[in-house]
Amino acid sequence: MGLATFDFEKPILEVERQIEDLTSQKSNPKISRKITELEKSLHELKVQIYGNLTPWQRVQLARHMARPHSLDFIKAIFTNWTEVHGDRNFSDDKAVVTGFGHFGERPVAIIGQQKGKDTKENLARNFGMMHPEGYRKAMRLMRTGEKFNLPIIIFIDTPGAYPGIGAEERGQAEAIARNIRDMFTIEVPIIVIIIGEGASGGALGIGVGDVVLMLENAWYCVISPEGCASILWRDRAMAARSAEALKLTATDLLDLKVIDETIPEPLGGAHRDPAATYENVRAYIAKYLERLTPLPVPDLLNQRALKYREMGVFVEDTKE
Amino acid sequence: MWFRKRKYTVLKPPVERRVEIPDGLWHKCGECLAITLAKDFEANQKVCPKCGHHEQMNSSERIISTFDPDSFEEDNEHVKPADPLKFFDSKKYSDRLVIYQKKTGMNDAIVTGTALCGGYRVAAGVMEFEFVGGSMGSVVGEKMTRLMERAIKERLPVIVICASGGARMQEGILSLMQMAKTAMACARLHKERIPYFTVLTHPTTAGVMASFASLGDMVIAEPNALIGFAGPRVIQQTINQVLPKGFQKSEFVKEHGFIDIVLERKDLRPTLINLLSFFAPWAKVSESGEKKAESA
Repeated sequence: MGLATFDFEKPILEVERQIEDLTSQKSNPKISRKITELEKSLHELKVQIYGNLTPWQRVQLARHMARPHSLDFIKAIFTNWTEVHGDRNFSDDKAVVTGFGHFGERPVAIIGQQKGKDTKENLARNFGMMHPEGYRKAMRLMRTGEKFNLPIIIFIDTPGAYPGIGAEERGQAEAIARNIRDMFTIEVPIIVIIIGEGASGGALGIGVGDVVLMLENAWYCVISPEGCASILWRDRAMAARSAEALKLTATDLLDLKVIDETIPEPLGGAHRDPAATYENVRAYIAKYLERLTPLPVPDLLNQRALKYREMGVFVEDTKE
Repeated sequence: MWFRKRKYTVLKPPVERRVEIPDGLWHKCGECLAITLAKDFEANQKVCPKCGHHEQMNSSERIISTFDPDSFEEDNEHVKPADPLKFFDSKKYSDRLVIYQKKTGMNDAIVTGTALCGGYRVAAGVMEFEFVGGSMGSVVGEKMTRLMERAIKERLPVIVICASGGARMQEGILSLMQMAKTAMACARLHKERIPYFTVLTHPTTAGVMASFASLGDMVIAEPNALIGFAGPRVIQQTINQVLPKGFQKSEFVKEHGFIDIVLERKDLRPTLINLLSFFAPWAKVSESGEKKAESA
């Protein structure tokens, strides 16, 4: 099955094609030696290319249609997944899925921004762009989780909160603001994992956690590279440059102390080996659940507040 | 007949209604173009006496029009912006900051401190739109948070006057995190039952509206201010439809239930004093300042 590929992957494809050609020929010692050689250089090439991705290339990987989305992670990592719908107020926003499941033996509450696998599903999911009722749906689930002492696991993957008339009329800003505030009061552990795109307030609206993890090729920023480019250069084509300037990769965010850890992806991105990706994510959830669940509630809430209290870089000049 | 060449009306470019105004003497309204004496306009708190258009005020004008005379005491004025991303577009962010600092005489887009409002002692934050569009980066986030922490410590009601296009792009993810930081401080205020009023002036949008500006116990707005999450241009491009009349203006947002009161500028101070008397009677420290709304 051919996965959609990017320009920067072309040298890899070329070698892969050569190998394919040789394998289809009648095998003899000379050919198999050649294949082994090519396979070795293929691996080196992959390490070389995928190990040196530019921020913009990572943004493209994060948006790959075949990249696993929230429900893929949820179904692979949890058992007894039971989806529940609606914000008990206005409607059911399909750009976000909410429900419950077991992580090993432990029941947990789960939230995930959901993109589609194809155009049809993307239209139904609104490309993972939530409306205010989506943020309220997520909060409703968090409160239920809190009530029954279930840790909350959140998967983030959104190109942004939806910019539309209805969204504004129903208080997009208020819904996000209130979620961010109230997530500081949720008395159970919250683990946030950015699995693809983390665009601005749309991501942060369900993104306050005791621990925030990020897949290696995900991005998280105050604005999308295209949005930034159209403001600064009035040209969306400058997105590659603004992706560079915005410092939006997992490595950058680790340096800026905004995330706690990076979760490695298989060579070439999560979509090249989803099962391995799920396994990595599972291990991190296990590690942090174990660390967070024994904490007394006041300590948990204090740590969460302190974590965000310390974010930001400024200069304090008291000499004047 | 239908196939006849259609006659096109040549639209002349509108004649610019240019009025030469000697500096400082007259004021031309940005909305209705009416000319008034500058001193009358200033005396009317920068509201056009003809059409009621509320001109933007800078932070020092706000302080004068909202709080008791000479009562404002600034704090944390030495918190200054850094350039953590080494952000660079056509100019370096650090150079841009210097330009804005020279232009406004401020270190960043907010001034905070304590003040009296009708004799009530309050913690006050006033945003400065002239400084990178009032955008919130690390300094605005830190100063807002300190303001709220101080309010809890000294039990002062909080008044924040907002004017901001949102989070500051040039500080990237750190700006986004200021939304979380300030909302965290709001959660603490909420828990401590410290009254918190936000005043939304033109414009209050995006990251600021989606954090502390929306979280007041009372959310007040000036008339006809742009208030919302996404910018109208972005929405227009996304949905490709004409936006409804008055969309994202104060009255529209109030009609949809997200603003408590829309107030003309002259009514702001007396109403704030009224609200303080309801929620924070303990904060009254002097009789100075004028009486409450009924006599205003």
